[in-house]
Amino acid sequence: MIKTAFLLAKKDLYSELKTKQVLTTMIIFAGLVILVFSFAFDPANNTTKAVIPGVIWVIVVFSGILGLNRSFLSEQRNDTMQGLLIAPMDASSIYLGKFLANFTMMLVVELVSIPFLFLLFDFKIIGSIPYFILIMFIGSFGFISIGTFLAALAANSKSSEMLLPLLLFPVTSPILIGVVQATRIILTNMEKFSSALAWIQLVSAYDVIFFVLCFLLIEYVLEV
Amino acid sequence: MIEIKKLTKQADNKLILRGIDLSIEKGETVAILGPNGAGKSTLLKVLATLIKPSSGLVKINGLDLKKNHLEIKKLFGYLPHSSLLYDHYSPLENLVFFGKLYGVTNAEERAIELVKEVGLSFFLNEPVKNFSRGMIQRIAIARSIVHEPELLLLDEPHTGLDQGAISILNNVILSMKAKGTTTLMVTHDFKQAAEICDRIIIIKNGKLVDDFKLEDRALNLVSEKYQLQVEGVS
Amino acid sequence: MSMNLEREKATLPLSESADAKSPILPKILLGITIVLILTAIYLTFMYADIEKTMGVVQKIFYFHVGSAATAFTAFFVTFIFSILYLVKRKRIFDTYASVSAEIGLIFTTLVLTTGPIWAKSAWNTWWVWEPRLTTTLILWFIYMAYMMIRQMDGVWDKKARLCAVFGIIGFTDVPIVFFAIRWWQTKFHPIVFGNGVSQKGGGIADNMLVALIVSIFALLSLYTYLLNRGVEFENMKIKVDQYKEKLREDLEN
Repeated sequence: MIKTAFLLAKKDLYSELKTKQVLTTMIIFAGLVILVFSFAFDPANNTTKAVIPGVIWVIVVFSGILGLNRSFLSEQRNDTMQGLLIAPMDASSIYLGKFLANFTMMLVVELVSIPFLFLLFDFKIIGSIPYFILIMFIGSFGFISIGTFLAALAANSKSSEMLLPLLLFPVTSPILIGVVQATRIILTNMEKFSSALAWIQLVSAYDVIFFVLCFLLIEYVLEV
Repeated sequence: MIEIKKLTKQADNKLILRGIDLSIEKGETVAILGPNGAGKSTLLKVLATLIKPSSGLVKINGLDLKKNHLEIKKLFGYLPHSSLLYDHYSPLENLVFFGKLYGVTNAEERAIELVKEVGLSFFLNEPVKNFSRGMIQRIAIARSIVHEPELLLLDEPHTGLDQGAISILNNVILSMKAKGTTTLMVTHDFKQAAEICDRIIIIKNGKLVDDFKLEDRALNLVSEKYQLQVEGVS
Repeated sequence: MSMNLEREKATLPLSESADAKSPILPKILLGITIVLILTAIYLTFMYADIEKTMGVVQKIFYFHVGSAATAFTAFFVTFIFSILYLVKRKRIFDTYASVSAEIGLIFTTLVLTTGPIWAKSAWNTWWVWEPRLTTTLILWFIYMAYMMIRQMDGVWDKKARLCAVFGIIGFTDVPIVFFAIRWWQTKFHPIVFGNGVSQKGGGIADNMLVALIVSIFALLSLYTYLLNRGVEFENMKIKVDQYKEKLREDLEN
């Protein structure tokens, strides 16, 4: 199953490498979000530093949803989804493959846009960078795992681009609350580190619960 | 090879298949004829595990469709109206991907061999999106036989093809037949049906209305029976 | 053609008589609901004490908490029937799940309207990002999304399947949302159970508690009645569709 999932992820990523459509859009979009935020909050002002942890996750959520939308819609051309469904593998392999591809793309976008954000807003990290990376990782993991699942669900609708955010945002609200709080503590105020650790635990618990749940339920979503 | 008993399919309140009993032996080449909306494609999709039947029993090679779907998926190759190919990929990449998905051991060699067989070696590394309908259909058939299936399910494979492509397609089907593959083909093209099939099934309104063996490519017999069943009644 | 129509007519009374067997249940439910609601109104306004600091406005509390309890029950029922649907694939389970979610959404909307009214007089602000309120708001969004999936085009069993999946995901999310918001708002280290920053205060007068419990039961029985009627209504719709389809087929042949 893992092998098939890797094969599928490789297929998606290789296809992305050829067209560079989704990844470029996601990164440019992330840049635009940063630009819009620089209009909304004056970068010269010191209070702006307080909103940076939130901005990071706004970037992740909005550019992430662009990629998620494409991940199942791209399989509708030439009905390639049918091709995957008649192949001898479980629905969970398709989910895992799609998840890996989306997660990789998300990480690439974060890797490019977040240093860019810090640079443009002249943000100095006074916290711990390894913990910051950990939070980015588990937060994106949870967001993409439930996002991939709901994208598969929304792909059944004709207006799936509009449906997906409506499904995804309320369901992921605990992750977003958790990671924004944890990011804020880690980046600006290491004294409350134990509190950040509690948030990391909450988000990790969410990740585990929903990853397992999605794994079990994807069979019903992709059933024909 | 295929054993279907009292198969029905209901979508909302509409009965698409109303009790189909059918058994097909190994190595037979069967054409499914019938008017539009009769349920031919639905029957094929049920066999391809793309539609769940509402009731009834379907067995392929003695395996129950409901329980052993993974084993069954390895057995058949399915060619629907759409090509099931990735646009940005070349024929080679497409076939290698699907070959690996089916666990074909030497996927690359097999892919090259298949592309040669359908006469497109020259375009081996061109992306599929630039291809004409006939070329895509030839790659699509190669895709459906990449894992050397024992059962071939074809949904109107001849539609929109020129003479050359049709003869290549027929050659592929006949060479598969020589290897002992069972073929089920939904078609509106009586001429092609008479050419390569040795049994004809006519479906109307979700029911099996005629089932007969065909010898010596008797095109007249097919048209006669079809008219009797489908046009004669109304 | 006329023969077909007559045959349809001949079959109709049959099913009506089948329906005629069970209308006693909704009548009993309606009776209980009316009695309980009247009692609840009496208890709320006449029996229970007027709260000292908040005054008469506090009366909305009985209705507010009752609606919230009913909404949670309704979503729990949706959750259970969603699981049942995925396992058994009977249409009736899907009908129950969808009707229950719909009623739950209405009760959630009630909670979200009564909440600010109460909050305005109690805390002098329309809205606070308090755990229970925020959770209710997110709950409302989740089940609005559930309704959006219902509005999708396609055959019913596809919609039923996807809705069931989302019903399960959505309900599992609720407790996590609640804990996340509670931690977020208390701004200090996790409190486990119990009323950390409860606005209810520690105690509640006995007669208030009685009024509250009766109100909750009144709204729950109203919910049960609505669920029963809603499901009946959906079943009738399905039946009419079936007759239509049958008629169409008979006309065709």
